[in-house]
Amino acid sequence: MGLLSWGMFPKIITKKFSLRDRAALKRYIEETDEFIPYGNGRSYGDGALNENILHVKPYNNFLAFDEEEGLLTCQAGVLLSEILDSVVKRGWFLKVTPGTKLITVGGAIASDVHGKNHHVEGCFSECVEEFSVMLPSGETKVCKKGDELFYATCGGMGLTGVILSATISLKKINSKNIRQTTIKTKNLKETFEAFEKYQDMPYSVAWIDCLAKDDALGKCLLMVGDFADDGDLAYRSKKKLSIPFNFPSFALNNLSVKAFNRLYYAKAKDGISKQKVDIDTFFYPLDAIGNWNRIYGKGGFTQYQFILPKEQSYEGLKEILGKISDSGKGSFLAVLKLYGKANENYLSFPMEGYSLALDFKIEEGLFELLDALDKVVVKYGGRIYLTKDVRVSCETFEKGYEKIDKFREFRKENGMDKKLNSLQSKRVQI
Amino acid sequence: MSYVLIIGAKSDIAKEVARVYAKNGYNLYLAARESVSLEDLKQDIETRSGVDVKLKEFDITAYETHEDFYTSLEERPLGVIVVSGYMAEQKSAQKSWDESLQTINVNYTGAVSILNIVANDFEKERRGFIVGVSSVAGDRGRKANYIYGSAKAAFSAYLSGLRNRLYESGVQVLTVKPGFVATKMTENMDLPENLTAQPDEVAEDIFNAQKKGRNTLYTKPIWFFIMLIIKHIPEFIFKKMSI
Repeated sequence: MGLLSWGMFPKIITKKFSLRDRAALKRYIEETDEFIPYGNGRSYGDGALNENILHVKPYNNFLAFDEEEGLLTCQAGVLLSEILDSVVKRGWFLKVTPGTKLITVGGAIASDVHGKNHHVEGCFSECVEEFSVMLPSGETKVCKKGDELFYATCGGMGLTGVILSATISLKKINSKNIRQTTIKTKNLKETFEAFEKYQDMPYSVAWIDCLAKDDALGKCLLMVGDFADDGDLAYRSKKKLSIPFNFPSFALNNLSVKAFNRLYYAKAKDGISKQKVDIDTFFYPLDAIGNWNRIYGKGGFTQYQFILPKEQSYEGLKEILGKISDSGKGSFLAVLKLYGKANENYLSFPMEGYSLALDFKIEEGLFELLDALDKVVVKYGGRIYLTKDVRVSCETFEKGYEKIDKFREFRKENGMDKKLNSLQSKRVQI
Repeated sequence: MSYVLIIGAKSDIAKEVARVYAKNGYNLYLAARESVSLEDLKQDIETRSGVDVKLKEFDITAYETHEDFYTSLEERPLGVIVVSGYMAEQKSAQKSWDESLQTINVNYTGAVSILNIVANDFEKERRGFIVGVSSVAGDRGRKANYIYGSAKAAFSAYLSGLRNRLYESGVQVLTVKPGFVATKMTENMDLPENLTAQPDEVAEDIFNAQKKGRNTLYTKPIWFFIMLIIKHIPEFIFKKMSI
């Protein structure tokens, strides 16, 4: 056995090497035929899986923090949660954070992650001032925006080299609390209108009810928010519960149905309610339960996340939600989000439009369904998120990413295609 | 300004213990041999937590230096955490007296030497806490690692006696018994995931147990039950087993 991805599928035998110092890394690169860097194992698919895995998490020192400017330099294995433990009480927060804080800085760059504020702040790479990478040649390079290495590495799934350290700029805050507004909608049209209406709010995300059909298709809870200004910076990350074993999988939908309904029906008649919640509750609800991936049972699960260009989003989502609801597969809840403009990185996922993400337990017939959904995504000019993916075909993948050939060429030119590979990179031929 | 002294600060567990105490606002003395190699950790912790970290040269087997070491600290520590450990391979310890002696000295003799000095001070001051990182291996001798295990058993017994003695003075003594921990030392062992703790979890557990004034901590907690069973297997059966 060996390391697993968050989706616990596929299970392969891996050989792990822990990154502790540069000299040892250089030797490892020389002596290893092919490997892939692995952070904290929170990406869902096979993007960080291969026979040889470089475990980067132990390489996790903080190097410098400029408290005036909010500039933090740290090694690539530092978790976002460690950054929060350090900086929130000093009045700083991450400019961009995904829905889990349990990922490494290296992983955040390699996946070019995004969060509830993509429409305002863009991807994680926007806050990366510079970073250093050890290339397959053993040479270490520092790069910043404008360099080809930067555009290839941000979102490059660890396929350009080993990210060693990074300097990121933080966001000034005056509270650990978020003022949240929850809006209840009755169908997809209302959901889209709500997103448009609240697009000036810095943070927004919606939970869609995937079982809703016909007139209620696309009904959701839209949550928008911004930091409060109450001067309360006394942040302590919550102690987490954990799920000690793999659940029987039927438990899952019952749990989420209950959670959604409780929220949905508890809202006021006019469909809007306001709450004040802390950072962990607002940004990282699932982190409160360690190993929540085990609720899908030991066969594992995957998350299907795609994005469609804005003009096509309504039609496309309607078609896809219809197919999911008809299939009877998929989690009851899906996450819908309106994105801002795409960046210049070769493989970053976001583009201006709507993205939907939902979980599927790995089971017979699933990949056929996802292949069918892929066709719709391609038809509407969308793309699939590699960080979540474990099964997309090369053909589908390529159609979504117009800069894919630039990425491939860059890898070849620099000998990266020989040294750095994951199961995923081989499948989608990048 | 309150300092916590960490003895044997180079191990993976010690590093995480240091980070946790710093995160909670404590300044640190990090004591180890060749303490210059801890410069990176010092910078890491000072950057993370804004506390003061002082590196101290310390050799746990150089008993004659311990008194001077302790009295020369700028400020008496609020608490002392002994993480030093040396695990020789059982087979090589069986064959080499030097290996056996090193195992006993690092895990037991040296710890007694420094903690005697600390205990006398804390008893007089009627304050402070002492944390000793022992091991589940000390709960019962097994053929796989009884030289290491017996040194840890002695250390556990020492801590238990010390706790009894210092109870009157209000000094807390915590015995920590980690099971499997994923460290440099165990990197290439195939440890069962459900029984193996990460060093940062062990550190959090230690901090919380110390704060709560507990006496003994098994980490992961399941090791309490595992060792309960192992301790109760009758000797006439146990001697035939390979576990």
